[in-house]
Amino acid sequence: MAAIAVQSLSKSYQGVQAVDGVSFEIREGELFGLLGPNGAGKTTTISMLATLVRPTAGTAQVNGHELRDQDAVRRSIGIVFQDPSLDGDLTGRENLDFHARLYRLPRAAREARIAEVLRLVRLEDKASMLVKTYSGGMKRRLEIARGLIHRPAVLFLDEPTLGLDPQTRRNIWEYIKALNRKEKVTVILTTHYMEEADALCDRIAIIDQGKIVALDTPAKLKAVLGKDSISVEVADPAKLAKVLAKEKWTLSLAGGRLAIGTSEGAKAIPRLMRLAAKAKIPILSVDLKRPTLEDVFIHYTGHAIRDERADGRELMRQGQRLWRR
Amino acid sequence: MGTIDTIWLREMKRFVRARSRIVGNLSMPFVWLVIMGFGLSSSFTLPGVPFSYLEFFAPGIIGMTLLFTSIFAGISVIWEKQFGFLKEILVAPASRTAIAVGKMAGSVTVAMINGLLLFAIALLMGALPLAGLSAAGVAAALVCMALISAFFVSVGLILASRLDNMEGFQMIMSFLVMPTFFLSGAFFPLATAPGWMQALAFVNPLRYGVDGLRGSLLGVAELPLVVDLAVLAGAAVAATLVAGYAFRKIRL
Repeated sequence: MAAIAVQSLSKSYQGVQAVDGVSFEIREGELFGLLGPNGAGKTTTISMLATLVRPTAGTAQVNGHELRDQDAVRRSIGIVFQDPSLDGDLTGRENLDFHARLYRLPRAAREARIAEVLRLVRLEDKASMLVKTYSGGMKRRLEIARGLIHRPAVLFLDEPTLGLDPQTRRNIWEYIKALNRKEKVTVILTTHYMEEADALCDRIAIIDQGKIVALDTPAKLKAVLGKDSISVEVADPAKLAKVLAKEKWTLSLAGGRLAIGTSEGAKAIPRLMRLAAKAKIPILSVDLKRPTLEDVFIHYTGHAIRDERADGRELMRQGQRLWRR
Repeated sequence: MGTIDTIWLREMKRFVRARSRIVGNLSMPFVWLVIMGFGLSSSFTLPGVPFSYLEFFAPGIIGMTLLFTSIFAGISVIWEKQFGFLKEILVAPASRTAIAVGKMAGSVTVAMINGLLLFAIALLMGALPLAGLSAAGVAAALVCMALISAFFVSVGLILASRLDNMEGFQMIMSFLVMPTFFLSGAFFPLATAPGWMQALAFVNPLRYGVDGLRGSLLGVAELPLVVDLAVLAGAAVAATLVAGYAFRKIRL
């Protein structure tokens, strides 16, 4: 059974198609990413799957339950919203306790489970502090822990590292990977950070203007763009090209350098060095370029992901978020 | 239960934690009671009222405390919308009705604690005649206070379910809360007020609340206690139902 199955899900707001007939399946235990710019329909998609927004058309099953079976779906999922949703006037532990009670965890299981998720995100020491004294990263971790308390089959993370500094972001990635492994929970996250999708996700759906334009593993998505490119700085590029002519590489001369196209750049470099040494051609420098998800995104959508300017409302929201964290 | 007591428990924790807010909640009615009560007591006697102005005023101030704390407790849902916590509650597999009931129960409890504290202050100050109290009278006063709280918490919740931010707050204060207070008979007997004012007071639930408190604590009121309690109960039940409906319809 798929953890999530989505068939032609659509949502329009006053004639604007926010999500336009998306279909996909997420396997159990998978770490799945929805990658796209702001306004692409990621949050709307997640909100529909979390039963917070009613779809205009289409169906979906979460953990085997139809969306209209609201309570069954809700029991199956945990969610970390894009904007903070903690009670700052309660302590970390109290926030978790509130959640555990709301999800009707039996009293006996409650404390042990709260201790367990606190350990998972390393907040044991801070559990008795008021949440308003937490840093942005700590708040995020607490929210992730909270989403896991009732042992959901699926955990939704909406822009889990938005507004966090790079160090904290990497930190959060580690926690997400760990919980996916230790808790065996299927994770679906949205992000507009390429490196985040690349570093974390087993598979990625690229979503733009409400439609999924590509869906595959990060490696396969990048492979679509073909090859790695090695640029070699050498005194006589033509001479080196002749030596390498027998390899299954595409060779081209450009700007006094030799450009080599190959599917596995990292493995080609040592071979290239050996062949050049044998022919006694001194190589001055080597530069390897691999296609990034950014390139993949541009390939499918025709524009860069950071192209769009944040509109006024989005800017305000980001400001608010900074202030809150 | 489950959901209801979980929500209630959170309200209690927040209430206990915000000790300075408790003092803040009580400071205004206290100052009113002391300054207006003692000030006017020494210069006015009310026509047809057999006790001092201070005694007349004290039940009104209890009503005022309940009005303010109840409406603010209900309206605090707007903050929860804004700081995102409402989402966490609404995505849970819990009934919306139970959530609303929990919120109302918590808010009514908070308002009642405030009302009772002011009641105690009024007794200590001698603003209410301790000797005149009967067990039945106090019981009736408690019922009155609970109904006043239930009504205004519901009003707060209804407003909160319609509004997305606190921008309209000043309007609510000026055109809803203050007139409700001024036209409740807390300051002056309504029997001798102009006709239009009596008409407005006629539809003001707090008027019946204050009158009921006077009837049960002082033994003298404009309307029979039964009428006060019946009107209050009707208003509270109606408002609670509307608030429950409005809360179920909240979209984020």
